[in-house]
Amino acid sequence: MNNAGPLILEISNLTVVRGGVRVLDIPSMQLREKEVLALIGPNGSGKSTLLLTMACLIPPTTGEIRCHGELITAGRSVLAYRRKLAMVFQEPLLFDTTVYENVAAGLKIRGMARGDVKKRVMSTLELFNMAHMADRSARKISGGEAQRTSLARAFALEPEMIFLDEPFSALDPPTRLALTEDLERILDETNTAAIMATHDQLEALRLSDRVAVVNRGRIVQSGPPVEVMNRPADEFVASFVGMENVLSGKVTACSEGLLTVMVMGRPIELAGSARVGDEAVFCVRPENITIITDQGGATSARNVFPAIIDKIVSMGGYYKLHLDCGFPLVASLTQQSLSALHMEKGKRVVASFKATAVHLIRAGNQ
Amino acid sequence: MELILEGIYKAFTLLVTLDPEVLNITFLSLKVSGTATLISLVLGISSGTLLALAEFPGKRLLVSIVNTGMGLPPVVVGLFVTIFLWRNGPFGFLDIMYTPTAMILAQAIIASPIVTGITLASIQNLPANLKLQILALGATRLQMVLILIREARLPLLAGVMAGFGGVISEVGASIMVGGNIKGYSRVLTTATVMETGRGNFDVAIALSVILLLLCFVINYILTRIQQRERPR
Repeated sequence: MNNAGPLILEISNLTVVRGGVRVLDIPSMQLREKEVLALIGPNGSGKSTLLLTMACLIPPTTGEIRCHGELITAGRSVLAYRRKLAMVFQEPLLFDTTVYENVAAGLKIRGMARGDVKKRVMSTLELFNMAHMADRSARKISGGEAQRTSLARAFALEPEMIFLDEPFSALDPPTRLALTEDLERILDETNTAAIMATHDQLEALRLSDRVAVVNRGRIVQSGPPVEVMNRPADEFVASFVGMENVLSGKVTACSEGLLTVMVMGRPIELAGSARVGDEAVFCVRPENITIITDQGGATSARNVFPAIIDKIVSMGGYYKLHLDCGFPLVASLTQQSLSALHMEKGKRVVASFKATAVHLIRAGNQ
Repeated sequence: MELILEGIYKAFTLLVTLDPEVLNITFLSLKVSGTATLISLVLGISSGTLLALAEFPGKRLLVSIVNTGMGLPPVVVGLFVTIFLWRNGPFGFLDIMYTPTAMILAQAIIASPIVTGITLASIQNLPANLKLQILALGATRLQMVLILIREARLPLLAGVMAGFGGVISEVGASIMVGGNIKGYSRVLTTATVMETGRGNFDVAIALSVILLLLCFVINYILTRIQQRERPR
């Protein structure tokens, strides 16, 4: 966790143009020592291209990459730069040999002495709890073990920074969780700076110090995970980070930082500033909506709406209630609350949320 | 049927008695085709890898040409090698026409496209990101290429088998540029053609059996290597 350490990586005016289309356009981005940055965005948003370009594995059309202030250009400087980093892809991409030889590969490429290679490989395998698998063939291990080997191969290099391109997205949930836990521990123990592309916001939330949301080759928002999750910069980020309730309406009143916005004839109060008559777009997380069964129940929330349950959707560990409050609203509920409140389709309930739980995305004349 | 059995008996006798002429022919076959295969491996693996990794205009055309070359008719190769090595030809000064060297040259030309084509396919069949992963491990371009070839080694062995099989069994080019000179440039295939022409079917069958055995042994060894490495 570090927000003020020295810069390792700085990129500026980076663009990649392919077939006349600008697939990447990053005016500026930095990575600091020990920092873990998550790149989140949908498939095809440019996360992988950004990682590969930063690793000097594909050439940018324009732009500069600096490592410790030194410009990375071509030839020797690229090789020296690549040897400071390591990369893990979505597929394990293991070599057709033993686990040991796979983990040793990068070290042998660097011409490290045999004895040192052995020491380093074994200590890295220990770190990943894989020492007992050293002599197994990489072709005969499970998907999770293969990806663990791929991570071990990267960490064996003791890189200054590690780039991870959706390393867990092909794995089943329990394996994924186990590997995420290991990665979290090892990043922490080794103090390695990392940039990780993922489309899993929970993974990003768990591992990163900073999140950058990528869409159509651009970084649309960057900041601490909690801030990005709760205060998305636009509708795209909002929908991507699970803000299902993105609403819009006309501002009808404004006083002391409290706005009243009419949404389909219902007034919603929220914190923020705008002018009366502005069109406001705002969002509420489903977790921040409280459901009670009768209107008489005490609530300090400013926004209280009678609602009818339209649909109940099981999300595995919890449920999503699609409500009709005169405007559509999605609330999330635990299994326990669902059965305690006897929730069912068509039931009348009351939905409430605080003015401060609402995030104003933007307001203006449109 | 009797003829075949007689031929097999003859082959057995020739082998067991270590007939010097048959041994000589067999040894020359191995030497010529083995050397030609080695040359084709050097040329084919390097150009196949280059072709697989490089991007340039006209690549598809070149790949099609290589693939066509995999089925190059030996007589056509024999004809052109003859023209080039003929006393008045562009390389006539080398004075290697009707020598085992000329046969090696012709066979290398036959086997090279086969090895190139199989190398190309083997390298292209590796995962697309493998090249980037190797570079990301800090490899130089040369190290990357060598690692890719190592990763493609199992399908490449199929290339070795196809290349060797193609030249040990070819007769057209060998007879044209080697001349089937007794004790000098006579190999199993050319000798078989000659003996068949003379009506010595038993000897021809004997030579064929030896040729088949030779092919089998070589391929068996290569297959053993390949299957030993194959993941179970």
